[in-house]
Amino acid sequence: MAETNFDVVIIGAGPGGYVTAIRAAQLGMKTCVVEKQHVGGICLNWGCIPTKALLRSAEIYNYMKHAGDYGLSNSNIGFDLQKVVDRSRGVAKQLSGGVSHLLKKNKVTVVDGDAKLNGPGKVSVTKGGKSLAELTGKHIIVATGARPRALPGLEADGKLVWSYFDALVPNTMPKSLLVIGSGAIGIEFASFFNTMGAEVTVVEVMNQVMPVEDEEISKLARKQLEKHGMKIMTSAKVTKLDKAANSVTCTVEDEKGKTHQITVDRVISAVGVVGNIEGIGLETTKIKTDRGCIVTDEFSCTDEPGIYAIGDVAGPPMLAHKAEHEGVICIEKIAGLANVHPMDKGHIPGCTYCHPQVASVGLTETRAKEQGYHVKIGRFPFMGNGKAIALGEAEGLIKTVFDAKTGQLLGAHMVGHEVTELIQGYVVAMGLETTEEELMHTVFPHPTLSEMMHESVLDAYGRVIHM
Amino acid sequence: MPIQILMPALSPTMTEGGLAKWLKQEGDVVDSGDVLCEIETDKATMEVEAVDEGVLGKILIAEGTDGVAVNTPIAILLEEGESAGDIVAEAQAEAVSAPPAEAVSVAPPTVTAAVPSPTVTAAVPSPTPAPGERIFASPLAKRLAQQNGLELAQIAGSGPRGRIVKIDVEATIAAGPASPTVMAAPTPASAAPTTTVVPPAPTTSADPIFALMPEFDATPHTGMRKAIAKRLTESARDIPHFNISSDIELDNLLALRKDLNEREGADYKLSVNDFIVKAVALSLKRNPDCNAAFTDAAVLKFQRVDISIAVAIEGGLITPIVKDAGGKGLATISHEIKALAGKARDGKLQPEEYQGGTFTISNLGMFGVKSFNSIINPPQGGIISVGAGEQRAVVKDGALAIATVMSITLAVDHRCIDGAPAAAMMKDLKAILEDPIQLML
Repeated sequence: MAETNFDVVIIGAGPGGYVTAIRAAQLGMKTCVVEKQHVGGICLNWGCIPTKALLRSAEIYNYMKHAGDYGLSNSNIGFDLQKVVDRSRGVAKQLSGGVSHLLKKNKVTVVDGDAKLNGPGKVSVTKGGKSLAELTGKHIIVATGARPRALPGLEADGKLVWSYFDALVPNTMPKSLLVIGSGAIGIEFASFFNTMGAEVTVVEVMNQVMPVEDEEISKLARKQLEKHGMKIMTSAKVTKLDKAANSVTCTVEDEKGKTHQITVDRVISAVGVVGNIEGIGLETTKIKTDRGCIVTDEFSCTDEPGIYAIGDVAGPPMLAHKAEHEGVICIEKIAGLANVHPMDKGHIPGCTYCHPQVASVGLTETRAKEQGYHVKIGRFPFMGNGKAIALGEAEGLIKTVFDAKTGQLLGAHMVGHEVTELIQGYVVAMGLETTEEELMHTVFPHPTLSEMMHESVLDAYGRVIHM
Repeated sequence: MPIQILMPALSPTMTEGGLAKWLKQEGDVVDSGDVLCEIETDKATMEVEAVDEGVLGKILIAEGTDGVAVNTPIAILLEEGESAGDIVAEAQAEAVSAPPAEAVSVAPPTVTAAVPSPTVTAAVPSPTPAPGERIFASPLAKRLAQQNGLELAQIAGSGPRGRIVKIDVEATIAAGPASPTVMAAPTPASAAPTTTVVPPAPTTSADPIFALMPEFDATPHTGMRKAIAKRLTESARDIPHFNISSDIELDNLLALRKDLNEREGADYKLSVNDFIVKAVALSLKRNPDCNAAFTDAAVLKFQRVDISIAVAIEGGLITPIVKDAGGKGLATISHEIKALAGKARDGKLQPEEYQGGTFTISNLGMFGVKSFNSIINPPQGGIISVGAGEQRAVVKDGALAIATVMSITLAVDHRCIDGAPAAAMMKDLKAILEDPIQLML
């Protein structure tokens, strides 16, 4: 390798790593990013992006099945699973190529290999077990991400029990499917396969689907999912998987302690993700870890001066946009920019792209009350919105949680069509510390789904118009 | 086109001012150079001259309005051939968009001082808006401040570009009330010649406590009074002061002074204070760690000693500066101080004559006080308080003796000056004053 001395060496070119690398280059730093598999990381290659492509196919397929509702006729509706998957892979490939181009354009050195910390300031890179380069970096940022959690007895085998890697490239359309875990990953795959015709059962150990979401929103989403034919068991756990040649019999213990035998073609294990902290040489440094993640301070510094950690490997929420933002703050702090503020983790939105979509930011009603807030709650149903009815998407709710004392918007929670594109309005509002007054004085365009965001705020203060 | 007359920035640090008085009325013919109005700032009352000629078409800001932000349109001047009808709605709208209520200063004024009436030419629209025209605060922060009875001006913003956000208000609330409910009694100027001013409490004379107290005359705050209150409150609250005091035997100094003053053809009359100014400057030169200012990012150590001298004036005090006091002779210092004090009392000091000192001396010796503490005048790192020289019993060689002794007290900002360097400076100062021949070195 020509150059081995850098201002910044970043381990991992996922959304956290590559965005941080580009920002570092913008700030004039000589930057290197080491990626062992593919630029763009899990998000772009095996996560956020390819699942959105699959879900888009499912969405259109669903529209086609309901074409008559819109006065359209359509016969011979069907799909070619391989082509649906190929499209998804194509989208991932296109974007990965785009990120490589962006890194090149910003003169970031990309090293293809396995990186390992080799004491403070040093990174050893190997490829196929052979030494490739010894890099030195004034600053080293660990952005190695996370991988699917493997629970004993429920480990993915790539054949009958799938992780998200396998579920993204199914070679056959399972007739029946059991999904363990109803977080964003589990529920999105459940929704995709359910829409495509599989008989889907979701087993969630917590007492609601999408456990981090507001209880009311979760219940509404569950009702919708069940209406679409999904079977959902909450407060239930899969205790045993008995694999046959081409099926799995799952033993599920329900909330009353009763056991059920459910035989399905395939199982998806989506019981969360864990940080990639192994095999990256943390033991050669003073870096501390806690519950599978690297311990960092508010500016992503680890216990080893000059080494930082961002994104999933630095702890929850394990979201691409959190990783990107964390990385930018980290590198700007390293560059000594003025006015670098730590990230407010209370303002990170979360989006789930099942059908119906779920999006949220801030405190749920329950959490707000637990924290001692006296709350005002606003609700506005999709049924009251002209655009939603015109779209034929009249199911859903926008809920807002305000602090009654100060008018601070504490949280916003949504379920329904395209709410993942709406939530950002409230995220900006929360970031700017607006109160109900500014939101009420904001003009929302008509006719849009966003008008419901206005109405929800009005409702919290007893001023709702269209309800 | 009608010309907007904007609130001028009369000093680099001015962010707002009060419109004290209009000297022209609507409809009056204005020649360039005519005085249009008087503006009161935290430092001075100044006249605003017209640059253009015409007729004063409309007064947008009534006289007696406080807190008018720099660059706010205050009036509209009609040129020849224009009538009041030409005053475009735009100008009005602009005036409305920057109402005085919004126009509160965010940057603290730099020096507590006052300069009555130097004439300043201003009044044409400036292309560059002055910084800090209003306090940037999030809506939530504004509401929290209001609910808790806090002025935004009391709160330091930590958000982007200094915007006040929720946590700043919460931190201010957590820090507790600024001071008990005490209203500073109106004091004659001669009795308040020091920076040790009691900060006026954030209260109004409508507070019920005053009904229980004797009758009073309420003197509305001048700009200078507000500046003194704000800056010294901030200083006393935010700067970790500590004090070092020392007794200094003056007999050698008094003898030297007498000798010098009685010399044939002396065109000077040195005061004890002149010696103190020179001695403080020299001790700061020997201890550059004490000629310092604290900033968020760095401690600034100044390469020259510029001594601010607290001078009592009508309605407050001002601190004219002897620049490079360490490099000047006693006679020069003496002449400069006399000239500066005269200008200060006449209100003729120029801003550069009272802004930018590195260290302050406050001398209340003429009132016979033994010793006192002063509040640091930020961003300076220290201030020396000088008491009266008086005969005291001292022990010399194991026996009682009489000496003329003066107590001086140093207050320093512990963020930039530590105990050892402050003590070392005090030691040098004592050595110089007790053996003043060192001033020759």
